[in-house]
Amino acid sequence: MLAQNIIFGIIAVAMGLAAIRVVTTKNIVHAALYLVVVLAGVAAMFILLAAEFTAAAQILVYIGAIVVLFLFGIMLTRAPIGRTSDLDNDQRWLALVVSMLMLGVLAGVLTDAYDDVKLPADGAVQRSSEVGTSIFQVYVIPFEVISVLLLAALIGAVVIARRD
Amino acid sequence: MYLNQFLLLAAFLFSVGVYGVLARKNGVLVLMSVELILNAVNINLVAFGAFHNTVAGQVFALFVIAVAAAEVGVGLAIVLLIYRNRQSIDLSEVDLMKG
Repeated sequence: MLAQNIIFGIIAVAMGLAAIRVVTTKNIVHAALYLVVVLAGVAAMFILLAAEFTAAAQILVYIGAIVVLFLFGIMLTRAPIGRTSDLDNDQRWLALVVSMLMLGVLAGVLTDAYDDVKLPADGAVQRSSEVGTSIFQVYVIPFEVISVLLLAALIGAVVIARRD
Repeated sequence: MYLNQFLLLAAFLFSVGVYGVLARKNGVLVLMSVELILNAVNINLVAFGAFHNTVAGQVFALFVIAVAAAEVGVGLAIVLLIYRNRQSIDLSEVDLMKG
């Protein structure tokens, strides 16, 4: 139990710092690389919660595909690779106030509702086979809708980005 | 492990993502901040799934991952189109619909 909490603390601090760097760094490529740290940390959280299939999907889809897509986007828009001071708009302080307010409200409500609620200890592991069974039995219609959505997004992205 | 530690971490990630969406003006960076928000939601889904001992949380987290992939594809295509038309992805200059 203690080891899990120590690992959680280390990963959470790393994720928090990397997330702050994603939204504050002056270098776009560094922002994409800090995003990798956050996404890997989320995968580690999934493993701490005994959701190993979701963690694998997180690493494959997010770190493997989406970050590469972001790097392509950075290259194709010929973003300045080095430091630039022109990445934030002039509402930065307003945005800081809004997000701090939101964090305060969320933290207050969560502490009020779920303080001292423990996760069930061992013996409550959900197997990957149960996830698969659930997707293809209970949630098969949402699954099919997702596949149609992915096809539509694929065609839409090609049509939007095509030169003509 | 407490349930609340995961929920508070997700709340923090969500707030950082909201800050990024509001404060950044580069289109690609705004999309990255949206990814932070979606990941915060995923942590919440899996944590509550573990708390209630059901796989539904994981299933919906997988659905969110799939939708996020579609969202990034279309979003980056739109950003590329903006770049091609205006030679810049500064979102504060995209104000055609401002009255």
